[in-house]
Amino acid sequence: MADFIQLVLSGAAIGAIYALAALGFTLLWQASGTINFAQGEFVMVPAFAMLFFLNVAEAPLWLAFLLACGVSMLILGYGFKATVVDPLLKHGVIPLVIATLGLSIGIKSAVKAGYSAEGHPFPSIVPDGLLSLGTIRVSYADVGTLVVAGLIVVGLQMFLNRTLTGRAMQAVAQNTESAKVLGINVKRMVLYVFLINAMLAAVAALLVTPAYLAKFDMGDSIGLKAFYAAIIGGFNQTRGALLGGVLVGVLENLMGAYFSPAYKEGVALMLFLIVIIFKPEGLLGKAEERKV
Amino acid sequence: MSRRQLIALVVGLALYAALAPFLKNYGVYLMTLVLVYLMSAMGLNLVVGYAGQMSIGQAAFFGIGAYHVAILMKLGLPFFAVLPLAAGSCFIIGLMLGFPALRVQHHYLAFATLGFNVLIYLILRNEQSWTGGTFGLSGIPRPSLFGYELNNNLAFFYFAFVSTILLALLLAWLLRSPWGRAFAALRDNPIRAESLGVNITAYTLLAFAIGAACAGVGGAYYAVLVQYIEPSTFNVPASLMMLLAVIVGGSGRFFGPLLGTVVVLLLPEWLRFAQNWYLMVFGFAVVALMIWLPGGMLSLPDRFRKVQR
Repeated sequence: MADFIQLVLSGAAIGAIYALAALGFTLLWQASGTINFAQGEFVMVPAFAMLFFLNVAEAPLWLAFLLACGVSMLILGYGFKATVVDPLLKHGVIPLVIATLGLSIGIKSAVKAGYSAEGHPFPSIVPDGLLSLGTIRVSYADVGTLVVAGLIVVGLQMFLNRTLTGRAMQAVAQNTESAKVLGINVKRMVLYVFLINAMLAAVAALLVTPAYLAKFDMGDSIGLKAFYAAIIGGFNQTRGALLGGVLVGVLENLMGAYFSPAYKEGVALMLFLIVIIFKPEGLLGKAEERKV
Repeated sequence: MSRRQLIALVVGLALYAALAPFLKNYGVYLMTLVLVYLMSAMGLNLVVGYAGQMSIGQAAFFGIGAYHVAILMKLGLPFFAVLPLAAGSCFIIGLMLGFPALRVQHHYLAFATLGFNVLIYLILRNEQSWTGGTFGLSGIPRPSLFGYELNNNLAFFYFAFVSTILLALLLAWLLRSPWGRAFAALRDNPIRAESLGVNITAYTLLAFAIGAACAGVGGAYYAVLVQYIEPSTFNVPASLMMLLAVIVGGSGRFFGPLLGTVVVLLLPEWLRFAQNWYLMVFGFAVVALMIWLPGGMLSLPDRFRKVQR
């Protein structure tokens, strides 16, 4: 039993990271109809930015993180929206999806060719060691991940539900035209969503890189799990992304421990197929009307 | 197709066939490889260009075809008995995968196929007893045609060349048949097509399954071309490249995959000294292409015509 709880907790920790990436993914979809296939690379880039500030500028970790957040929001938030999404949205979904696929290949190869194909060690925000709660042992890293991810999610929910800007952003996501009529600056709200996505990706990078190492293809798995988490939970629900992320993380861990470590990566797909057969709008999602 | 285009096509094909004898072995191999990937890309074009769906799992079907041939031919079955089996399996698996994914809107097929590709890769890597795991399968025999073994690379090139043309003709016939016209209706305006009585889901599913079967055929030829297969050839990056080949060339155009396959497969060979830099440029070039020319390279002439007017 203690084993089981330990597996669930460590699965929830990795799931929380998926959830952060999935959350950004869902927000982008709601606000602008963007499906971002480069979401994994959006986690990889801040990891390397932090590594740069740590090693070259010799900044402490917290400063490196803040700087990487800034870089991420500027390039992957504002820059991505201005140069890729804005010119492409009018062409429909497929060209944009293809462009983000190209972006993903481009960014990955740029890091591989221009910097390194190796995995680089990355400092953790919490010290090594195990926390004992009776017979259950959890690593500090997992606890730290759960706490940080939890704080970010709660903070984001408060921002979205309690502040005027947050509520305006939700209005844009629900109905862009009505929001415009009500005098909401739609363009600015959409920009905020892109900035939040970039920030979430930077946080995910901070949490995941100590375990995964900073590597050019570290985003592949995170990006894929983020899609699945978003769809399993419900593409149009922020809470859904959280549920989906944690569910995928926990089930993967259990599958790896009890059945077959070799097929751990297939769990998310199976869960996804089951969900879209029985509840295509996702576990917490609402069915969407199709527009002609 | 106008008469002029038809003549250009025949001349182009004749040039391609006539070029092969003047090349060294590796050149002939590359030209055959283009054909093999082209078979798969033509199938994908049906899915992407005509049914308007994104599939990121074409390499998985390619792999299923290749492993069918490798395993069954090593057991002694002839190529022409295995080929329909490979295509049929891919068709059925395509139906089974497409059914849940196509019941829902958005681009769920993209995610389902992406995950499917990961799953197939894991199976190929882990089920060592039949697939040889990471070591792959080697010593796959070449097929024989009318009792003549196609061990000569040039002979095999012509065999693949004729097969590709046959497959292209089959697809062209399919698209021109009254039944196939529904695919074009699907591409141009799915909602209108539905209101005219075309069952969108059924046709999209069928397009996807036929596309998968084409990949199975391509994979079967791939296995007998290289005679050694291993799982990493059939992982997600290969699917992405096939998808990008179709889009870059011009999806929904019959010759789009041809141009795209050449760009995606032959250019990196010439630029081998700068492999990763090439991929980087390619990735960003795709972004630029989508922004300025979302219809792919083959839409360039149309664009010029519009500007001149």
